[in-house]
Amino acid sequence: MAGRSLAAWSASGEKPEILYWVGCAASFDDRAQRVARAFVRLLEAAQVKWGFLGTEEMCTGDPAKRAGNDFLFQMLALQNIQTLQQYEVSEIVATCPHCFNILKNEYPELGGHFRVWHHTQYLYRLLAEGRLKLPQDGKLEGTIVFHDPCYLGRGNQEYESPRAILRRAGALLKEPERHKDFALCCGAGGAQMFKEPEPGHKDINIERTEELLRLSPSRIAVGCPFCMTMITDGVKHAGKQQEVRVQDVAEILAERLGLL
Amino acid sequence: MAQLIFLAVLVGAIALFAYHVRLLRRTILMGREVKLPGSRSQRWLQMLRVAALQQKMMDKPVAAIAHWALYLGFLIINVEIVEIIVDGLTGQHRSLAPYMGIFYDLMTIGAEVFLALVLIAAIIFLWRRNVLRLPRFHTAEMRGWPPLDANIILWTEIVLVIALLVMNASDQLLQARAKPPYYSFGTFPVSQWLTPLFAGLSDSTLILIERSAWWIHILAVLAFLNYIPFSKHLHIFLSFPNTYYAPIEPAGKVSSLSQVTPLVKEALGLPLNGDTGDGAPSTLGAKDVTDLSWKNLLDAYTCTECGRCTAVCPAHLTGKKLSPRKIMMDTRDRLEEIKRSLYKKGKWEPDGKALLGDYISAEEIWACTTCNACVRACPVLINPVSIIMQLRQYLVMEASQAPETLNVLFVNMENNGSPWALPAADRAKWTETL
Repeated sequence: MAGRSLAAWSASGEKPEILYWVGCAASFDDRAQRVARAFVRLLEAAQVKWGFLGTEEMCTGDPAKRAGNDFLFQMLALQNIQTLQQYEVSEIVATCPHCFNILKNEYPELGGHFRVWHHTQYLYRLLAEGRLKLPQDGKLEGTIVFHDPCYLGRGNQEYESPRAILRRAGALLKEPERHKDFALCCGAGGAQMFKEPEPGHKDINIERTEELLRLSPSRIAVGCPFCMTMITDGVKHAGKQQEVRVQDVAEILAERLGLL
Repeated sequence: MAQLIFLAVLVGAIALFAYHVRLLRRTILMGREVKLPGSRSQRWLQMLRVAALQQKMMDKPVAAIAHWALYLGFLIINVEIVEIIVDGLTGQHRSLAPYMGIFYDLMTIGAEVFLALVLIAAIIFLWRRNVLRLPRFHTAEMRGWPPLDANIILWTEIVLVIALLVMNASDQLLQARAKPPYYSFGTFPVSQWLTPLFAGLSDSTLILIERSAWWIHILAVLAFLNYIPFSKHLHIFLSFPNTYYAPIEPAGKVSSLSQVTPLVKEALGLPLNGDTGDGAPSTLGAKDVTDLSWKNLLDAYTCTECGRCTAVCPAHLTGKKLSPRKIMMDTRDRLEEIKRSLYKKGKWEPDGKALLGDYISAEEIWACTTCNACVRACPVLINPVSIIMQLRQYLVMEASQAPETLNVLFVNMENNGSPWALPAADRAKWTETL
């Protein structure tokens, strides 16, 4: 395997090309771990030398910051920056757009300057450079709808990488009514993932999932572990879990490459 | 005599407007200083694109086209106002005509065409608001003054247009009768169709109508000018500085509190590197409008209550109490209290009330997903999320009033470095099965 912890890389006197910032969701949540494994298989298939922090990684501080606790955010961020600087990390890829956004946009103010990729951006680069090669034959059956994560799309204006991967993988891609700049949130951002919703007449993930399901997709593609949870719950709520799979873009690409 | 009255009214109206603009500026600058990223050239381009060319209005094409008609009509009719002022001061009639030649005809044609378009646009907007009743104009915060304000603006525009068209129609008849000083100047493609209405009237009645329309128009313009500082119509001016100063950075970015950094560095035993946090405000986050940045306050006064933000807000769409437009309107209403105090007493003394609690409730700000849909929807780059974030910061760090579930989150993050109560030592376990 071309991947190991940064401590192991350091001991061997080598440096990896990129640090995979796993994030809390993929570290602890079963479903997000499957995404992480798919992503790692893609990295391996492309022979990327990659590293991870493992027990040295801490939450980026995003939920604390969005919940208004800047002390806690900075406490975690400054420690992470120290760790990253100690290993002389220069490039980071994250499978979570919240980690991606905060590492890219909010760590620099605290002294942490890195080149940060969302995994769909990084995978698209691997495809474009020919390090990942799609088979000539075969295609993906059924229709795929991509749900834009807020912190990748509106937050950082990245709409094309995930779509380009899905198209290259041979997907029949359909756009929901609200997409790209106008996409509807899954309901998890801004620390909502970790609290009860305020009183209302509907949950946001139900509203969003209904919109996605109107296109009768066979799969809903996501690019965020929290969207994954929210949309999966929405699909279950609609009783469609047998017909519709909710998958990360990385999983769909890995499946297409026969890596799953 | 008429010239003296005109001069007095004109000077009075402009002085009053200037006074209120200065008061408004003082109120906005009650906000704290803030670093706004972006270079000067990026800002000019942003202002040109978003304010001058109204690029973001195009998200809704019908509103965009009607709004363009009002906007261009306003600009072109302002050229005519130059002549109206010169006429008023000199006592002459159509004083610029002899100097402009063919351009005078072009100006009158342009003005008349746009007068007609403004009339149509104002009717379309009144229709959308009051007959079609688009939902975004009728949410909870749109009761009482806000819809009245909107209707006053549209009806005033209609009065202004009709006054000018009546003036031009009677003028044409007097021109045709070669009645000095009504010499034959200008081309009037729209008001020519109104002349039959006045054709049978005597010269003196026509002159009375023409003069009355002239006075009604200019008095309405000057009254409207002084109405604007108290109205959502401020957007016609403030959209320009607001788009100029809107930070040029990814929407996902929220700046860290610089006064917190040295404290955290000390706690972690990290070198301060000259980072003392000096100059930063002592309050963490915002309780009242004076804790917000002046750009947040400029945002509030720029808001024209179109409600595009609220119409796309996931919390609002699912029945939560949050409305991003209400966040902006509450901020402005609170600022108006401060402005009134500055007006009456010359200074602001805290009155025991605050934006957080008296205007905006905790329930509203906790419903936000920080998805930035409202920020994207705003045609003039207003950022409601920025205010929501600062209110949350105050609630959590100063008032210790986070929802209980979030306190659990904080404890987990502190103890385990993750949002869940799971041991940090297990972080790499998933890699064992690779």
